[in-house]
Amino acid sequence: MRAALLPVFVLALLPRPALPDVTGAVNDHVLPATRNFAETTGALADAATADCRAVSLRPAYQDAFDGWMGLSHLGFGPLEQDGRALTIEFWPDPRGLVARTVRGLVADADPVVDDPQAFAEVSIAGRGLMALERVIHGDNADYGPDDYECRYARAIAVDLSAIAADIRTDWADHAQLMLTAGTADNSRYLSAKEPEQALYTALLSAIEFDADQRIGRPMGTFDKPRPKSAEAWRSDRPSRNIRLSLAALRDLALRMSDTPIPVTEAAFETAQQTAMALDDARLAGVADPQSRLKIEILQQQIRAIGDAVRGEIGGGLGLTAGFNSRDGD
Amino acid sequence: MRRRSFLTALMAGAVAPRLSWADAGSPAILGAAREADGTYALFGLTAQGADTFRIPLPARGHAAAAHPTAPEAVAFARSPGTFALVLNCATGKVMARLHAPQGRHFYGHGTFIADGDILCTSENDYQAGQGRIGLWSRSQGWRRVGEIPTHGTGPHEIRRMPGDVLVAANGGYRNHPDSPGVKLGVAEMRPNLAYVSADGDLLDKMELDESLRLNSIRHIALGRDGLVAFGMQWQGDPAEGVPLMGLHRRGGPAVLDRMPIHEAVAMAGYVGSVAFDAARRQVAISSPRGGRVQIFDDTGGHLRTILREDVCGLAPAGRGFFVSDGLGGLTRADDLITPLAKRGGRAWDHHLVPVTA
Repeated sequence: MRAALLPVFVLALLPRPALPDVTGAVNDHVLPATRNFAETTGALADAATADCRAVSLRPAYQDAFDGWMGLSHLGFGPLEQDGRALTIEFWPDPRGLVARTVRGLVADADPVVDDPQAFAEVSIAGRGLMALERVIHGDNADYGPDDYECRYARAIAVDLSAIAADIRTDWADHAQLMLTAGTADNSRYLSAKEPEQALYTALLSAIEFDADQRIGRPMGTFDKPRPKSAEAWRSDRPSRNIRLSLAALRDLALRMSDTPIPVTEAAFETAQQTAMALDDARLAGVADPQSRLKIEILQQQIRAIGDAVRGEIGGGLGLTAGFNSRDGD
Repeated sequence: MRRRSFLTALMAGAVAPRLSWADAGSPAILGAAREADGTYALFGLTAQGADTFRIPLPARGHAAAAHPTAPEAVAFARSPGTFALVLNCATGKVMARLHAPQGRHFYGHGTFIADGDILCTSENDYQAGQGRIGLWSRSQGWRRVGEIPTHGTGPHEIRRMPGDVLVAANGGYRNHPDSPGVKLGVAEMRPNLAYVSADGDLLDKMELDESLRLNSIRHIALGRDGLVAFGMQWQGDPAEGVPLMGLHRRGGPAVLDRMPIHEAVAMAGYVGSVAFDAARRQVAISSPRGGRVQIFDDTGGHLRTILREDVCGLAPAGRGFFVSDGLGGLTRADDLITPLAKRGGRAWDHHLVPVTA
């Protein structure tokens, strides 16, 4: 056991002049993710324009959600403007605002869905992927082409596509800000360190989000598991979202470090293997003691990725997260 | 009554300060930071962000209380700490070490009353679980001369209002020095904003609606005509996006912020600092966990959002605010974001304290 671990430790302990690769991360990770999300939501809007019935929209919805999983962890910059991230995916939703907002719009047959500009002002809980999921995977998903839900689904799809296009455009500008950090007229990134820090914090926050929210919410407590708090369970996405998120985060970790990160890679690999072996699309197993244990192990393995990242990438780059954010009061 | 005459007697004995803040380089604000080598210090800063003094601190600080006229600052340890240092900012010398009495710990904030002769410190009587304000006499060599109740549990920030009325943010839950970072009594918490006379009489008390009782009232800033802005920390699910800032005037109802839901959720249920601008027309709250500052008008209407990672410190700066963060950034935010001196490796701590002189 000890012999097998030794090479990893030796590698980790080697002094290395770690240089964060912001350019690589932006060009090879971020910008392709914005392009992919723009394209998949564009396809969703096209599908909805051609036929807005649920059966027709579901495949494109799944693709768009996949695209979102490649981007959602980049919570800084264009995604944090105007609440875009939460508009795209209103989750977690402990107050049930999506259900309430969607129900209200449908009950009123609110004509706001016929005007894209007006629809962009609708409460964000009534827009985005989670609202669309309610419409195309909810109780009335058998609506016909002339029903209100059809127009509503189309409005959501078109709105998502517009947001994604804006994000793609804005990220092109934001990339320039990140790559010119510390210059006199750059008031967003005051030093070369800040873009590195932003990527690093995004990486760590997203790892925590996978463990604490994507798994932690449905886990609830042993006595009170909450499988229906899982992310997008109506469309069978909870487990898939974790796998896609881990893949995206692994890619970001590799791109932002210009030296090998074997401990981090191994941690990602371990968690990904466990996630793939779950065979539980909705994480419904949280309510069963046997399968709950497997999900709990996955949660621990994802937290272990965070430890690896802090040690290997954070330590190597001289980055720490949260002098104030991790301290109280 | 006896306490009042006691305080009056203390004031009469106060000697006029010989030094002024000009002797400490006329700082506009004070801020504590961790430096690149891992040590801690308190800094005086000009409105342009230049250092006017640097005084080493033995450990990480939380907030400081600036004397209204003399160049003296009281630096508090992180809560629940048991010591505070009185620093002469002109000489850099430690003038006194304040030790919380047996059975008390500091909560990290303080303020001066009695024309600067009495330092008030927010404290916990941790056996009784009741909030206290410790009273320390500057003219008597920083001797502890008494204490008064905060009329609540777990006080955090306290501020002096005109007439030496103290307003205390009673956070609602308790701490214990044996288990730092552990919140006690969250299930039963009932935070309040208490207005207390220097004699300890309760003049007014504001409690929020029962549905918001998990919102711990922790930080305070003072606006015009007795307006008090308070920042809160939500002990429930951060994704609920509850209001985190309120405005209150004695005798009136509290008014809660009107943040857009996406900003409320992004604040992660946590406000680290609250401040009014110099004109006291706008109020700002910061969330290091959300990496953002929200700015409101003085009726709680949301004006705008400033994004800064690990942001926390806020202080008035003309029409806007000084904003500091844990990455070394010190900026002035009004219509524009203006970076002030940027020092790599200096991690600004939770609070910026305006120097009023």
